[in-house]
Amino acid sequence: MYAFDIERPETIAEAVAALGGEAQALGGGQTLIPTLKARLASPDKLVSLSSISEMQGIRLEGRDLWIGGATVHADVANDGTYAALSDLAAHIGDPAVRNRGTIGGSIANNDPAACYPAAALGSGATIVTNTREIAADDFFQGMFDTALNEEEIITAVKFPIPEVANYQKFVQPASRFALVGVFVAKYADGVRVAVTGASNEGVHRWSAAEDALSSNFSAGALDGLSVPSGNMIADLHGSPDYRAHLVKVMTGRAVAQAS
Amino acid sequence: MTNVTMTINGKAVSGEVEGNTLLSSFLRDDQRLTGTHIGCDTSQCGACLVHVNGRAVKSCTMFAAEADGAEVATIEGQANADGSLNVIQQAFQDHHGLQCGFCTPGMVMTTAALLKDNPKPTEAEVRAYLEGNICRCTGYHNIVKAIMAASGQDVSAIAAE
Amino acid sequence: MPKDSGIGAATLRREDVRFLTGKGQYSDDINLFGQVAAVFARSTVANGKINSIDTTTAAAMPGVLAIFTGEDFAEVGGNPAGWLINSRDGTPMHEPKRPVLAHGKVRHVGDAYAAVIAETAEQAQNAVEAIEADIEELPAVVNMKDALSGSNFVHDEIGTNQCFDWGWIEDNRAATDAAIKGAHHVTTLELVNNRLVPNAMEPRCSMAQYNSATDEYVLHTTSQNPHLTRLLISAFVLGIPENKLTVIAPDVGGGFGSKIYHYGEEALVLAAAKKLGRPVKWTANRTEAFLTDAHGRDHVTKIELALDAEGNFLAFRTETMANVGAYLSNFSTATPTFLHGTLMAGNYTVPNVYVNVKAVFTNTAPVDAYRGAGRPEATYSLERVIDKAARELGMDPIALRRKNFVKPDQYPFASAAGLEYDSGNYDALMDKMEEVADLAGFAARRKESEAKGLLRGFGVNAYIEACGIAPSNLVGVLGSRVGLYDAATVRVNATGNLSVMVGAHSHGQGHETAFPQVVAEMLGIDASVIDIVHGDTSKIPFGMGTYGSRSLAVCGSAVVRATEKIINKAKKIAAHMLEASDADIELKEGVFSVAGTDRSVSFGEVALKAYIPHDFPLEDIEPGLEETAFYDPANFTYPSGAYCCEVELDPETGKVRVDRFAAVDDFGNVINPMIVTGQVHGGLGQGIGQALLENTTYDENGQLLSASYMDYTMPRADDLPFYAVDHSQGNPCTHNPLGVKGCGEAGAIGSPPTIVNAVIDAMQSGGKNVTHIDMPVTPHRVWSAMQNV
Repeated sequence: MYAFDIERPETIAEAVAALGGEAQALGGGQTLIPTLKARLASPDKLVSLSSISEMQGIRLEGRDLWIGGATVHADVANDGTYAALSDLAAHIGDPAVRNRGTIGGSIANNDPAACYPAAALGSGATIVTNTREIAADDFFQGMFDTALNEEEIITAVKFPIPEVANYQKFVQPASRFALVGVFVAKYADGVRVAVTGASNEGVHRWSAAEDALSSNFSAGALDGLSVPSGNMIADLHGSPDYRAHLVKVMTGRAVAQAS
Repeated sequence: MTNVTMTINGKAVSGEVEGNTLLSSFLRDDQRLTGTHIGCDTSQCGACLVHVNGRAVKSCTMFAAEADGAEVATIEGQANADGSLNVIQQAFQDHHGLQCGFCTPGMVMTTAALLKDNPKPTEAEVRAYLEGNICRCTGYHNIVKAIMAASGQDVSAIAAE
Repeated sequence: MPKDSGIGAATLRREDVRFLTGKGQYSDDINLFGQVAAVFARSTVANGKINSIDTTTAAAMPGVLAIFTGEDFAEVGGNPAGWLINSRDGTPMHEPKRPVLAHGKVRHVGDAYAAVIAETAEQAQNAVEAIEADIEELPAVVNMKDALSGSNFVHDEIGTNQCFDWGWIEDNRAATDAAIKGAHHVTTLELVNNRLVPNAMEPRCSMAQYNSATDEYVLHTTSQNPHLTRLLISAFVLGIPENKLTVIAPDVGGGFGSKIYHYGEEALVLAAAKKLGRPVKWTANRTEAFLTDAHGRDHVTKIELALDAEGNFLAFRTETMANVGAYLSNFSTATPTFLHGTLMAGNYTVPNVYVNVKAVFTNTAPVDAYRGAGRPEATYSLERVIDKAARELGMDPIALRRKNFVKPDQYPFASAAGLEYDSGNYDALMDKMEEVADLAGFAARRKESEAKGLLRGFGVNAYIEACGIAPSNLVGVLGSRVGLYDAATVRVNATGNLSVMVGAHSHGQGHETAFPQVVAEMLGIDASVIDIVHGDTSKIPFGMGTYGSRSLAVCGSAVVRATEKIINKAKKIAAHMLEASDADIELKEGVFSVAGTDRSVSFGEVALKAYIPHDFPLEDIEPGLEETAFYDPANFTYPSGAYCCEVELDPETGKVRVDRFAAVDDFGNVINPMIVTGQVHGGLGQGIGQALLENTTYDENGQLLSASYMDYTMPRADDLPFYAVDHSQGNPCTHNPLGVKGCGEAGAIGSPPTIVNAVIDAMQSGGKNVTHIDMPVTPHRVWSAMQNV
């Protein structure tokens, strides 16, 4: 690693004040620290968000589940209020990673194979920052790209709790990230389907499936659909055709298991 | 350089660290607790696993500064007070759950975390919980068996010596 | 004899206590006063001409003490290949120099061209980044076919990328060709034996010290064979006299072949320690391990099996391209030849075998022996083509194998590939496997899988390997430049406890527990008073190390021989003490007695006497009780086995899960069944990993795409099942004193074809006529194969 300082502010305001210049926010560090070890980033200062109590915790706010941005995956996994979300969190990384990695860090990074972006987009969540609230549909803007500005921190994510939902992850065998992950959530006003791992666009919605499932919430409703492979990722672990195929298979399984 | 203070295996320690000092480096280089091992750069092998405030953490993927004020437990503090192997360690020896020993500290610490949350895990639960601990020697058979034995379950039906 | 610590006892491992409590001492755990750090500058291109290396800026950076480049080692020797292979036309193989640091050219991504020594590793890394290296990228040679046909050479001075073109056995060639030509049926299969990265969990680490007053060096290093490392450094690379160089391999966190070899980093830290007068340590990170540890396998093979109308095997003919990478690693030329070609008759009475192996240089990391080393490649080719033949002929795959097995009354059996098998019973192994695996229940289990929408496949395999390498006289004829014996010293201390210095190194194999069991059994004393000393060239007479499943068969035999000498001398001492004749002394349960009398002395009394020889007849008996033996085996040992497995395949995703695995092995006699079972488990994990998960992928520019655990799939606990392991069908080795055959590699040899055969069977059961699929059998490959038929 290159040399840098580390600060541990206790309030959002202090954290924002500490950012700026070449400073970088540090969530759980489960992605950032390996990146720093490889010398692929050279911040002069890291601002750790893990001591900020107002960014911690999980609570119901009306019909939304509010999750503090610095809440670790293990806590979401153990919560259970939004079962599909807890189940998703319970399968991110491994137990030790889940004890450090945070929801805010994952969503801010928007890794194209990460799980949380699929849940946020699939649930139509609201990303809360120190300055504003951003709808998930506007937040995710392609691989590793989001609507966040410099020095903007995700302080919480608000998930509307659906009638039923499920996340199906087909893992990339080495990294155990999603080779293809599909989050399906059924709300009173329709079904949302978000796909991660598969596309060069990063996390995205599969609108044809949403339409079909909104009128008939069963795996059979997908029968006539096909997933275009044109923009799917090609790598060591799967071709575009294979990923496109898996999107449909995983979507069907998510619908069948939604609860 | 900043000063950090933490409790390691019940003993208060403090030291000067750089911003980029990993907890694993603090343990190995400053505290000479070399039972915590480094096997990869990407937070996947689990040889460096310790407990921070009771939770399993990869010490190579956490800064020492972030552990300021924390309770840290490492492999060196796991044996019984009289120095004998604890239940988990003894189960690993009894069931030949280690060979070269390099991943072993991480395996023991992971097991301790698992059994705290899930005192009687099934085989599938054990295997799933070991996702972040790679062993190249054992093919995992005897590790899984040892963990189930450590949880007090009868493993006599699981094949072989 | 205490039954809990002698031969055959499942004694718990004594070494476990230090590993379980964090008190192991691996190389990187050792820190010395004044120690500094080495970091290497490594090529980012696969092939490049070094125009210049400017270290001026780097040398002025904080903490930097010295910088080395290839120029600094231009006058010293290279790291040699241990075996000379001659081509079919009689010409010797090509042996380009493998320098300590790349000089003139870099030849693979990760090839080190400079090293910085600084007060801290971070400072050294900073300086590495400040080295201005003008390296002109050249087109890379990656694919073996292209390498053989093209005019772009990894080593310009050779003018070819073919290291050798080897035939085995050349005199069998015409008969093999004729048998194939005239056969009733010929099954042909082209396959890839996928390249693997060994991935011992402990990355390599080397630390050197130098004492200018005595001109002595000490090297702590992650080695499976410290004496061999010392020999290579002394005789070939740096010319440090062996008596001035101590090599210590302390606790080593796995090897699997990758730590057999001498690497340039070891020479670099020695040279740096001398230059600076301070201890110099280098510790690899995992990326460096991926880029520079010797890789394994990487064969592309065409195999043909000729059969008559009854299914009798008439001939195997094999053409293989074996990748040796950019430089010849120490065993790299033996692995695809004598550890591969000689096994190509398998467990079978086939009369004709011919093997052709072309070794190919490419701009990739060196390839060398990895768990099994040549024998997994042989077994995979044989057992895949046999399975394909059975399917083509409509024969049961077990019946076809049994029909062609060497039978128990045929030993010693001269195989058509030139080996003499000493003992075995392959039908008995198959019988036991059928029982252990509950073959009868397969049909019902298949139905259950199908009810879940899954396909279930059954795969079977028989293997034989040649272990315990090996007789020096034979390997010398075959081109080995070293002898393959091993050594042990048994020292009985005055107070009756023992130190046993052994040449084999233990890095997971449990020698510290198993070797004392042998000595305890022979002396009739408790194993707890016997300690093993290994891994330090200053303490041990000599050793050729641990690889090729040889530790117990070769070094263990040396321990037996040395202990026999101890017993002989102890009897003399006892005879003197008891005023009897040597010939009348019996040793039983640790007590020497005069036959037919009640006069006796204990082992401990004899030991004490040996060191307090007040009344010794010194012309007959020297004081002391310490004996050394070197043991050179008469033949290889031949472990064999029958393996089978069942897999479940999800046809929607292509995902394969191993549901059941049974491994039945003939290891001859077993010293510690717990350790032997563990060795099989580990081999199975690696073999199943090769079959389903692991692959090393370079792109066309020679960039390693699978360079971390993010892309190289290590087997994890949830990828693998519990295994049913049995070694009750042992036929003792006939030529070593313990009757042992070796168990370390078996699992990795027998399991890959078992898995692939099962996957083919699963796809066939789903109506998909897939006849072959290459490893690793990933979900993507399975799905694609099923789409394409």
